[in-house]
Amino acid sequence: MTVSGEILDQHWLDSRARPFIHIRGVTKQFGGFTAVNNVDLDIYQGELFCLLGGSGCGKTTLLRMLAGFETPTSGVISIDGVDMNDVPPYERPVNMMFQSYALFPHMNVENNVAYGLKRDGLSKEEIRLRVGEMLAMVELSDFSKRKPHQLSGGQKQRVALARSLVKRPKVLLLDEPLGALDKRLREQTQFELMNIQDRLGVTFVVVTHDQEEAMTLSTRIAVMDAGQFVQVGTPTEIYEYPATRRVADFIGSINMFEGRVTENDADHVVVDSTDNALRFFMDHGASVSDGSRVWVAVRPEKIRLSRTPPPNEANQIEGVVQDIGYLGNVSIYRVRLESGMIVEVTVPNQTRPRDGKHAAGWEDRVFLDWEASSAILLTR
Amino acid sequence: MVKRGSSTFLLSMLCFGMAFLYVPMFLLIVYSFNNSKIVPVWGGFSTRWYKVLFESEEVWNALALSVKIALVNASFATLLGTLAGLALVRFGSFRGRTLFGGMVSAPLVMPEVITGLSLLMLFITLKEFVGWPDKRGFATITIAHITFSMAYVAVIIQSRLTGMGTTLEEAAQDLGARPLRVLVDITLPLLAPGMLAGWLLAFTLSLDDLVIASFVTGPGSNTLPMLIYSRVRLGLRPDINALATIIIVTVMFAVAIAGWIMMRQQKQKEREMQLATTGDAQ
Ligand SMILES: Nc1ncnc2c1ncn2[C@@H]1O[C@H](COP(=O)(O)OP(=O)(O)OP(=O)(O)O)[C@@H](O)[C@H]1O
Ligand SMILES: [Mg+2]
Repeated sequence: MTVSGEILDQHWLDSRARPFIHIRGVTKQFGGFTAVNNVDLDIYQGELFCLLGGSGCGKTTLLRMLAGFETPTSGVISIDGVDMNDVPPYERPVNMMFQSYALFPHMNVENNVAYGLKRDGLSKEEIRLRVGEMLAMVELSDFSKRKPHQLSGGQKQRVALARSLVKRPKVLLLDEPLGALDKRLREQTQFELMNIQDRLGVTFVVVTHDQEEAMTLSTRIAVMDAGQFVQVGTPTEIYEYPATRRVADFIGSINMFEGRVTENDADHVVVDSTDNALRFFMDHGASVSDGSRVWVAVRPEKIRLSRTPPPNEANQIEGVVQDIGYLGNVSIYRVRLESGMIVEVTVPNQTRPRDGKHAAGWEDRVFLDWEASSAILLTR
Repeated sequence: MVKRGSSTFLLSMLCFGMAFLYVPMFLLIVYSFNNSKIVPVWGGFSTRWYKVLFESEEVWNALALSVKIALVNASFATLLGTLAGLALVRFGSFRGRTLFGGMVSAPLVMPEVITGLSLLMLFITLKEFVGWPDKRGFATITIAHITFSMAYVAVIIQSRLTGMGTTLEEAAQDLGARPLRVLVDITLPLLAPGMLAGWLLAFTLSLDDLVIASFVTGPGSNTLPMLIYSRVRLGLRPDINALATIIIVTVMFAVAIAGWIMMRQQKQKEREMQLATTGDAQ
């Protein structure tokens, strides 16, 4: 799903495309505290845009400004070409699913979902139909007469999702929509979200803590930290070319070697680790100066593990297996280097381990290496 | 481990405290059945004072006046107090908000005699200039009661609104409800328990009040507390004991019924919870 989205409509690469949500220089301060700091962002029609970031970094605040519950201290937000500054929440073409669900406790599930449709003055028959459809989608048809306090956490979440989806808004803001769902329902709902996005052309802005969810769901991801965007890009860009150590660390796991640039050319860079024990070779140039402090980052699945010394000299490390985590499809090896640093390596289990023996055992001496193109050079 | 000595001490303190609270009431009830006209002298069992009481038109009038005032007061105080609470919590920071907030809650801390006195001054001044109220009684007492019980309602509503948070109202707005709709659909239903509590509090405060009512009443308009007080001032009277007994029994019944209703609601809730958890299996 995301693949077709990426190839067919990469609006953000098209300089003529008009963004659907247009955010410029938006800052939000609470008293002296800056929750969102001078943010610029364009989101295009039909995107499924993920906001990713640690707790308290300003994701909800940004969403609330889009929904109209907070007024930006400065900056402009426009949706579908209309400046939203003076538009009250009830007139915005936006629906939000709240982090705390915000179900009306005195209405049953059916009436909760129907509330928005009633405000639009739809006919009783149409309301009944659409509510029924929506409840069927979130598998809550049998619960339509229940009050919110009679529902489990996951059920509440599904009602909240149904309530925000049923109005088919132009923009749907979801604040951690799938957190309380079990794996099966979560995947199903993710699929359904992408389906709705395809079918109705709804633009989604989704807040999530879960980087895996962000990777599978989104057309693009913005990684936030302390009220600012650290990086905005497609899941692949964010994963393969993180801009900072923070982003690299936040998305997936990564091994980070601190070092200094010793050779710096248009076609390659050489970095010596801080304790001079290791030498890293990268087959691409970078805008760094000789002697500057950098970090070489390698994803665990990009590292090869072998019992015998590998042929190529560069990017080679020796260590001792300290820990093996068997996950079925892959095994995670934690290898201790001489310096005491732990390197994580993911090895696909291509053959079945014989007699319970793995590619390498505990306390075995192993060699690690990777392609010269696999490592990421980070300067901050 | 609780030492035996300390538990005996606690127990005796408890008994002492309970006795302090309930022995007087018990005495009151016992002496209301006293045949003798002089209260502390036991003259045998009799219900004659109840008969005296029921035949006294004065008592019935006072009771009717008190209840009438309490009902009107509770309704108006709930209405005004709710509006004041909403204004203070939901309308952000308008000009004069702090002053308004202080003024709303001032009657809570003002000595009753001052409230009573100032209201009396108001009514006298009003009469001087606009010719109303020409007779003090039901209307003046009700107005006086509304001014102070409204403050209690406003406090209850304020705390409930603050505790409720704004998320639900935001959710309704988000779904397209204009502010007035939000008020009717979401805020007021959620405030209903608070408003009921406020109404009951205003009702009992009014029924209870002696000081303020005495200030702003006129000749011939006696509320029940005023009647009791004026009669007892001339010495204890057995018919007043009977009246007090009736009041105690009524209150006891009211409390018991309220407890029973609350227990039933609790049970209902538990049943619903059980339904919710067992219904989960899909
Ligand atoms: N109304 C408010 N008044 C003062 N500070 C606020 C207010 N709302 C949010 N903040 C602060 O702004 C920062 C960002 O909050 P926000 O709710 O946007 O975080 P978040 O990224 O959604 O976090 P989480 O993932 O935990 O939900 C936090 O430090 C929070 O304390
Ligand atoms: Mg949040």
